[in-house]
Amino acid sequence: MTDVVGSNRLDAEAVEDAWRHVQLARHPQRPRTLDLVPLIFEGFFELHGDRRFGDDPAIVGGPALLERRPVMVIGHQKGTDTESNILRNFGSPHPEGFRKAQRLMRLADKVGLPIVTFLDTAGAFPGPAAEERGQAEAIATSIKLMTGLQVPIVVVVLGEGGSGGALAIGVGDVVLALENAVYSVISPEGASSILWRSRDETRTAAAAMRMTAQDQVDLGVVDAIIAEPGEGAHSDHAATARAVRVAVLDALRALSGRETAELLATRYARLRGMGGYLETGATTSRPPEAPSLRRRLGRILHLPGVPRRPRWSEIWPSADDDADSERGA
Amino acid sequence: MPIKFPFSRRAAPSDAWTKCPTCEAQVFNRQLERGLRLCPSCGHHFRMSVGERLDMLIDPGTFEERDAGLESIDRLAFHDDRPYPDRLEAARIKTGLRDALVWGVGDIDGRRVAIGIFDFRFMGGSMGSVVGEKLARCFEAALLERIPAVVVSASGGARMQEGTLSLMQLSKTTAPLVRLDDAGVPFITVLTDPTTGGVLASFASLGDVVLAEPRALIGFAGARVASDTVGEEMPEGFQTSEFLLAHGFVDAIVPRPELRATLGRLLRLLPVPAVDDGTAVDADRGWAPIGALSGLAERFGGAVSESIGIDVEPGAGNGSGPVTRRADEEEERR
Repeated sequence: MTDVVGSNRLDAEAVEDAWRHVQLARHPQRPRTLDLVPLIFEGFFELHGDRRFGDDPAIVGGPALLERRPVMVIGHQKGTDTESNILRNFGSPHPEGFRKAQRLMRLADKVGLPIVTFLDTAGAFPGPAAEERGQAEAIATSIKLMTGLQVPIVVVVLGEGGSGGALAIGVGDVVLALENAVYSVISPEGASSILWRSRDETRTAAAAMRMTAQDQVDLGVVDAIIAEPGEGAHSDHAATARAVRVAVLDALRALSGRETAELLATRYARLRGMGGYLETGATTSRPPEAPSLRRRLGRILHLPGVPRRPRWSEIWPSADDDADSERGA
Repeated sequence: MPIKFPFSRRAAPSDAWTKCPTCEAQVFNRQLERGLRLCPSCGHHFRMSVGERLDMLIDPGTFEERDAGLESIDRLAFHDDRPYPDRLEAARIKTGLRDALVWGVGDIDGRRVAIGIFDFRFMGGSMGSVVGEKLARCFEAALLERIPAVVVSASGGARMQEGTLSLMQLSKTTAPLVRLDDAGVPFITVLTDPTTGGVLASFASLGDVVLAEPRALIGFAGARVASDTVGEEMPEGFQTSEFLLAHGFVDAIVPRPELRATLGRLLRLLPVPAVDDGTAVDADRGWAPIGALSGLAERFGGAVSESIGIDVEPGAGNGSGPVTRRADEEEERR
C-alpha cells in the first residue's frame, strides 16, 4: 500500500475535473436516500427516534425487503428544496441521528439482518447543540459499533461522503460508490480555509484531497464504483436505483456465505490495512545518556541539581508553541 | 546590517519567557519546564511535549518505546502552499519526533500499561496513517499482554494531507477497542489541550474512563468552522473540559500535578481480570468464589480451605479463580 495516487502538479484540468465531480455529487436533483429506497427495496418501514433525545430527520432508516429478504437500510437524507433542506438540516446529522442509526444497527444485529447504508452528507452538524449532546462521542460510538456487528454491512456512497459524519454510518465489509460521488476527510471549503487560509482555493483543495470515487478506489477506501446513467445520477433516478440494486445484491451475496468469525476477521483486516506508512529500522528510542562531565560526576557524587537518570524531555523537549498554525479535521 | 558592539549588553533572548494566555503574566520558560508547564501565578496548563509527559507520568527507567521506526508517506502527493513531505521534514526537525505520536510500554505507579502520547507540536498532533497504526498496535499489545491501555491526546484531528486515509484511521483505531471490551482490558483516555475533530470522534471519546486536564479545548468542530457553518458566535466556555464534564462526556477533570496519582488509583481500581488459562493473573481482584475463600485462607492460615476440601495455597490465590463476571458479560453480548 505504498503507491502514490495522483501527482504533485495539479494542472488546471485536474482541478476542474475534481470540481466537476464535487458539483455532480452536490447536484440538487441527485437522488437522495429516500428517492432510491422505494426503487431498490420493497416494504420499507421507517423507524424514528433515538429513544434518548429525539428524532433526527437528517438520518433515516428502517427494515425493508430486498429480493424478498429483509435488510436494515440506513442513510443520510438531504432535502430537495429549501423547505425540505431546512427540515433535513441539509443532511447534516445531530448526535441523535447517529444514535438512531446505532439503535437500528443493534436491532439488525439482534435479528440477523444485513445492513445497507447510504452516505450523503457534507458532514456532521458542528453547532453548539450538537456539541452539547456529544457529537464526537456519538460518531465514535457508531464507528465502534459497526466494527463489531455480526451481520454483513454494505456501504454505498451516494453523493457526498463528508468526513466523520459519513464514516459514522460508513464502516462496512464492502464499500461502494456511485461514479460521481466524492469522499473526503473535510469539505473542500474547510480544507481551503484551514490549509490555504483562503476561501478561494476550494477547487484546488478538492483536487489535492483526491476525493473522487476513482481516487478512493485507488486508495483502497472504496472497493468498487457503480456507473451512473447518462450525464449523471440526477438525469435518471430509476436507472441509478437499478444499478445500485444490482451492486448491493452482488455484495450481499458475496458476504452471505461467510461465518460470523470470518466476516469479523475480514472486516478487521480491512480496517487495519487502511493507510500508508513506511516501516524503517528504528524500533525503539531511549533517553540519551546525560552528556556533560558535570552530570556524570554529579551522578556519581550525588551533587544537588543533577538528575540521577537521563530524562525523556531531553530528547523531546517543548519548543516554542507556534503549532497553532497546523490544524486537523 | 546593524553593527554589533562587542561589549554591549546582550538583550535577553525573546524566547526566554512566555506570556500566560490566561492571566497574562510573563513566565520564564525555565520555570515552566521545572513546574510541569503550569503557570505559577494562575495554574494555566501549557501544552507539553511527549518527553515531558513521559517524565511526568511514567516511572523512571520503565518506558520502552515501540514501533519508533514508522514514518509517514505521501500517497496523495499532497501539496498546499508546500508539499506534505516538506511539512513532515520541518516537523521532524522541530520536534525530534518521527510523527505526532509515541507509544510504548511502561509503568505508572508500578502498574504496567500500553500508553500512546500525542505531541501537538508535530503538525498539530494530527492523526495520519502512522499515528493510527501506532495506536492500533498499542491497543493490540494491550490486548495481547493483558495490560490496560492509556492514551494522552493533544490533536487537532485527522491529518488533512492524507485525505480519506486519515479519516480511515478513525475506524482503524476504534476496531481494536471492541476486542479490548471482549477481553475485559480497560482503556483510559486523558484529553489535554486541544483535543478536537477526528481524534475526539474516535478512540479519545471511547475510554472506559475519560479524564481531562482543566480548561482544555475539547470539541468536535473547531470554533471557526462551527461559527462559519452555523453563522453565529459560539457561547463562551463551549468546548472546554468543564463543558464536557457538565454534559456527561468526561468522568473527571484532573489538574496536572494529580494526574499520575489519579491514573495509578484508577489502574488499581480497574485491574485486568484473570483469564482461564492463568497467563495474566491480577492480584487485586478477589470477588470470585475461590478468591474470597483464599482471602479467608490467608487470614486463618489455610484452615478454611483444608476444612472444605479445596486446594488453595495461602497467599497466592487472590483473584486467580474463575471470574464469573466474564460469563455474564458474554451472555449479555449475545
